Amino acid sequence: MFKSLSRELAQAIRLTLVFAVVTGLVYGVAMTGLIQVIFHDKANGSLIVKNGQVVGSTLIGQQFSADKYFQGRYSANGYAADNSYGSNLGPSNQTLIDRVASSARTTRQVNGMGPNDQVPVDIVTGDFSGLDPNITEASVLLQVHRVAQARNLDEAKVRALAEKYVHGRMLWIFGEQYVNVLELNLALDNGEAG
Amino acid sequence: MVLDIIGVVVTFLAVAVGAWFLAPYLVKVFQGQRVFLSPVLRPIERGTYRLMGVDETKEQTWIGYGVSVLMVTIASLIFTYLVLRLQDKLPLNPMGFGPVPADLAFNTAVSFTTNTNWQNYTGEQTMSYFSQMVGLVMHNFLSAATGIAMAVALVRGISSRQLKTLGNFYVDVTRATLYVLLPIAFVAALVLASQGAVQTLASYPVAHTLEGAAQTIAVGPFASQEAIKDLGNNGGGPFNANSAHPFENPNGFTNQFEIFLEILIPFALALMFGRWVGNIKQGIAIAATMAIVLFAGVGIAAWAEQSGNPALTNIGVSQANTATQAGGNMEGKSVVFGPIYSAQFAATTTGTSTGSVDSSHDSFTPIGGMVPLVLMQLGEVTPGGVGAGLYGMLVFAVLAVFIAGLMVGRTPEYLGKKIESREVRLASLVILTSAFNILVWTAISVLVPAGLKGPLNPGAHGFTEILYAFSSTNGNNGSAFAGLTGNTVYYNTALGIAMWTGRYFFYIPILALAGALAGKKMVPAGPGTFRTDTPLFVGLLIGVIIIVGALTFFPALALGPLLEQFQLAAGHLH
Repeated sequence: MFKSLSRELAQAIRLTLVFAVVTGLVYGVAMTGLIQVIFHDKANGSLIVKNGQVVGSTLIGQQFSADKYFQGRYSANGYAADNSYGSNLGPSNQTLIDRVASSARTTRQVNGMGPNDQVPVDIVTGDFSGLDPNITEASVLLQVHRVAQARNLDEAKVRALAEKYVHGRMLWIFGEQYVNVLELNLALDNGEAG
Repeated sequence: MVLDIIGVVVTFLAVAVGAWFLAPYLVKVFQGQRVFLSPVLRPIERGTYRLMGVDETKEQTWIGYGVSVLMVTIASLIFTYLVLRLQDKLPLNPMGFGPVPADLAFNTAVSFTTNTNWQNYTGEQTMSYFSQMVGLVMHNFLSAATGIAMAVALVRGISSRQLKTLGNFYVDVTRATLYVLLPIAFVAALVLASQGAVQTLASYPVAHTLEGAAQTIAVGPFASQEAIKDLGNNGGGPFNANSAHPFENPNGFTNQFEIFLEILIPFALALMFGRWVGNIKQGIAIAATMAIVLFAGVGIAAWAEQSGNPALTNIGVSQANTATQAGGNMEGKSVVFGPIYSAQFAATTTGTSTGSVDSSHDSFTPIGGMVPLVLMQLGEVTPGGVGAGLYGMLVFAVLAVFIAGLMVGRTPEYLGKKIESREVRLASLVILTSAFNILVWTAISVLVPAGLKGPLNPGAHGFTEILYAFSSTNGNNGSAFAGLTGNTVYYNTALGIAMWTGRYFFYIPILALAGALAGKKMVPAGPGTFRTDTPLFVGLLIGVIIIVGALTFFPALALGPLLEQFQLAAGHLH
């Protein structure tokens, strides 16, 4: 009995080592090599380079607080891209409701809205990673006036630019429409709205 | 919203088509026949057996099979524990992480060995690339292959004619990995990478943002990990935020693709079962049962999440579905996924034993969050984990024919095998273990101070966080109401034990059941036989699943999500 068990264990250890090499190392390293060749930029994080400097990633949100930039969603971790997490606050938690109410007040204030105007839900809530790079069209449109004023630009031109950057669903049905905040702000900095 | 619903349905249809074509392939693989990949893979397979010292013609009894499962589990568990503890001395650690603390390493090693993949660690701040690839991804393959092997063993037991053996565990896991998991994961990793999932061994780049801040961006060899994480129903992500992290799940298409990966093999195994026993309708009946409960779950969760949080409406937040926004309860959800696709992901990840999350289940509305909770408590059979779903569902099938037999006063039989007291006792043991594990651990945790420190949210919601944690770990799911602080000595240990008992106290009765069935004579079907390939049986099976689940868990659900729902509707906040 003991002898057969120890033989069984030896076999189990050999299986573990074979799996560690084949499905761990070989699979991981081979896929890395292959994907680095085929999808080089995406494999490295879809980084955006401007004037020789990495300014961010298309897929990762970043903090915007200046009036001249469109602002992203609330982020529980302040867009710390090496530490992803969300608030995890439950729907009946007073802390969540207070936080959202405060974000909503700020949003109304900086965008010149009335005290009882409706605020789109996405801009005052955060996603689970704290890194959501996107906002809805509704949240972009309410910021057009402020951004145009801060940049001394024609409001209609800024609105047209924002609408140009609305991404549709993938394959017509998958996912929701969105605007990538960093992409739009880069376009503004590049003078695409005049 | 109509487009969302179409998208949900199209995704499920794609699964149906994929599973339909995968099923006959699985039959061939596990009956040892040649398949189109054999010319490439057969030499590798033979080499693997030589390295492992395995005689592929040797058949095992249910006890021998079970011993092999346990031995491999113990060996691989210790291996991963060592890798995590020694990661500072191992290669591929560009960020220079120190060793993983002992209790966290124990919890993580158990978590990945049992296919739970509960995440008490923050991947991007804790795990070296070597730990991710060798310590964790290895288990993503091995634990998934073990689940498939268990299901195949049970199917052999049901279909065999008075044999004492169930096949060879080493052969089953090797073939499951080489012929099924690796080829699909290979393609899936390329698809995910093409959309922006990262795959690199370099250290984290630092970006200088438009407003002049420095932003360190965590990356890693993760497209390959993401592929098997979903395909193998593992769910432990390289990043803390799991599939909500844009580098794991970059856009609306990958979200649906990951849902597809999660349920492809579970449904294919149900259909494989039908083909194996020589009546595809038996497989369709099982798959239909799984699908109906899953669709109901998706529907309820999607409705609840799209309806939004009444407490936010009261403070002037618009959650309406309009031309410029999807609306709904968006706390914890990505803009691209929106409420409906997030709800589909949540139901799918808990209907299987995946546990990947693309949104914060903790921040779901009470009813929306109850759906994943209930799907786990029903035993994760809709469609369940790779392998685990099929054998879990077959346990319910045994119970269903037993109940049908009681109604008409005949000895019940399933697929020509008489179901007698031993089989019913084993099936009941499986169900009781699971209920005991979830409810007793939850009760202990709300009584001891170390347990009460866990929840983030006050009131009924905090109770739900604890109940969810033990439902998830017992079912080897791994998703969480993540507000619960699980990375403490108490929870690392308690959840670790729950994962362990949830998996292996399940395995032993299942293998015993397979062994008992294997030895039985086939009885030809007569006019009095209760047919198990009809809509009537599907209805009965759903009834049994729901009644067993409801009787066991309704009181606990009343104290958690149901109470919170009534409080929220009445405007009572905590």
